[in-house]
Amino acid sequence: MNSLRGKVAIVGAADTRVGVVPDRTATELCIESILLALADAGIGKEEVDGLVTCNSMAQPMLYHAEAIAEYLNIAPRYCFAAGAGGGTTFSVLHHAASAIVTGMADVVVIAMADSLRSGLTRDQAMLMQSSTGHPQYEQPYGPTVPAYYALIAQAHMARFGTLPEHFAEIAVACRAHAARNPAAQMRELITVDDVLNSRMIADPLHLLDCSLVSDGGAAIILTSAERARHFQHPPVYVLGMGEGRGHEHISQAADLTTSAARESGQRAYAMAGLRPADMDFAQLYDCFTPTVLVELEDLGFCAKGEGGAFVSEAGIGPGGRLPVNTHGGLLSHCHPGNPGSMFALTESVWQLRHTAGERQVDNARCGLLHAQGGIMSSHSTLILGKELG
Amino acid sequence: MERIQPASGALADAYIAGCRVGELRLQRCGHCGTHQFYPRIMCGSCLSDDLEWAAASGRGEILSFTVVRRPISKAYEAPYVVALIKLEEGPTLMSHVVGCASEAVAVGLTVRVKFARWSESITLPVFTLDSQR
Repeated sequence: MNSLRGKVAIVGAADTRVGVVPDRTATELCIESILLALADAGIGKEEVDGLVTCNSMAQPMLYHAEAIAEYLNIAPRYCFAAGAGGGTTFSVLHHAASAIVTGMADVVVIAMADSLRSGLTRDQAMLMQSSTGHPQYEQPYGPTVPAYYALIAQAHMARFGTLPEHFAEIAVACRAHAARNPAAQMRELITVDDVLNSRMIADPLHLLDCSLVSDGGAAIILTSAERARHFQHPPVYVLGMGEGRGHEHISQAADLTTSAARESGQRAYAMAGLRPADMDFAQLYDCFTPTVLVELEDLGFCAKGEGGAFVSEAGIGPGGRLPVNTHGGLLSHCHPGNPGSMFALTESVWQLRHTAGERQVDNARCGLLHAQGGIMSSHSTLILGKELG
Repeated sequence: MERIQPASGALADAYIAGCRVGELRLQRCGHCGTHQFYPRIMCGSCLSDDLEWAAASGRGEILSFTVVRRPISKAYEAPYVVALIKLEEGPTLMSHVVGCASEAVAVGLTVRVKFARWSESITLPVFTLDSQR
């Protein structure tokens, strides 16, 4: 079979400052991330012939990628802006990989940024939030974004006996990782009690079960595995990719407690020829704590219904059996909206280069990354490795 | 400030016309017999366009719920219960559970439809707990 396994590698990765960055617009953050990634790869803009971005909510543009190319004064032969919500980051990777393998581009920059914190008024942010559900059959009931995910949490609790404490432990673990990351927006350690005592937003989700609202951008540079050997940093190979889809609107979900992360993960594992037990770390989409718990189960790190026990007993914090969101995740590192998973991607590059500093996972050789968009609707999984073998 | 009103459209308008006369309307496929919600131009199961409106029993079960403590806008009075209701006929819809303390709401409880005014011209279905009757 003509698989994409090991055909492309990441040769540059960079984040801008994240958190509250009022001195940069969303466009400027996107440009800055590209400049930093080019420097990391040790190449100039003239070597870039592919550009993929996602649109910004704070500074939306009809032709986003084209506008970024114009700003940089480059004319890539492969150029598009993708939109799949939180799942965008990893789904564009296989599109870009296909373009590289088929000769449509040689060096592709993937850059995403937004300024949800500084670039939107509170009214604009609420309007954005209220436009999430079905315009005729969901929105009138006034569900907030946390409410959609609370529906998943409540169903999991009723079916499997999962407790608010289990969700809280996920927030605590992400914060413990973030405490070791100088770039993270929130670094002060928290306890399970801190989470449970924080303000209730939509039962059972407390304020600290919810991700941050941030500014920030990140970029990577993708090229063929052959070409990748000639860059200044060791390549990080893309070994497996998969996607999975169920519903778009939560009221249409076939099952609230099992998601299409299952199919997405199975496809990525099959391409990579690897299993969950082979992963040294995982970066799991954590817009709200329950998503991590469902993803642990659906991606095969534990059995269905045992996510709570896995979090409590095996551990997902620093030194846990499976370190999850080693940079701090959307919960504690930053969450500028659709670009959110870019930071899981750049972090994974550094983990596999063994340059992640205090938060380095010992001898990390392989990691799984998962993102989802909609309300656990569209899923994408990546498996990255330090070696091709 | 007004609560969010459903976007208008031929199918949505027919559904809301049902609500106005106290009828929760689903589409039933004349070809394969499937009930569906939300309304579509074809049967989501067999793609037939032989669809008719059928009044649902209005009875269902709480598949999941949440108590929204921070409202989406000032037009909504928090706390309010947003729930997914699995209807007897099969489809699931989002709605509110009203007429009880939020602590009384639980997954698996049976509910019954009633209708609530959303604006001058719009009425939408909400649900009450059977045990409250």
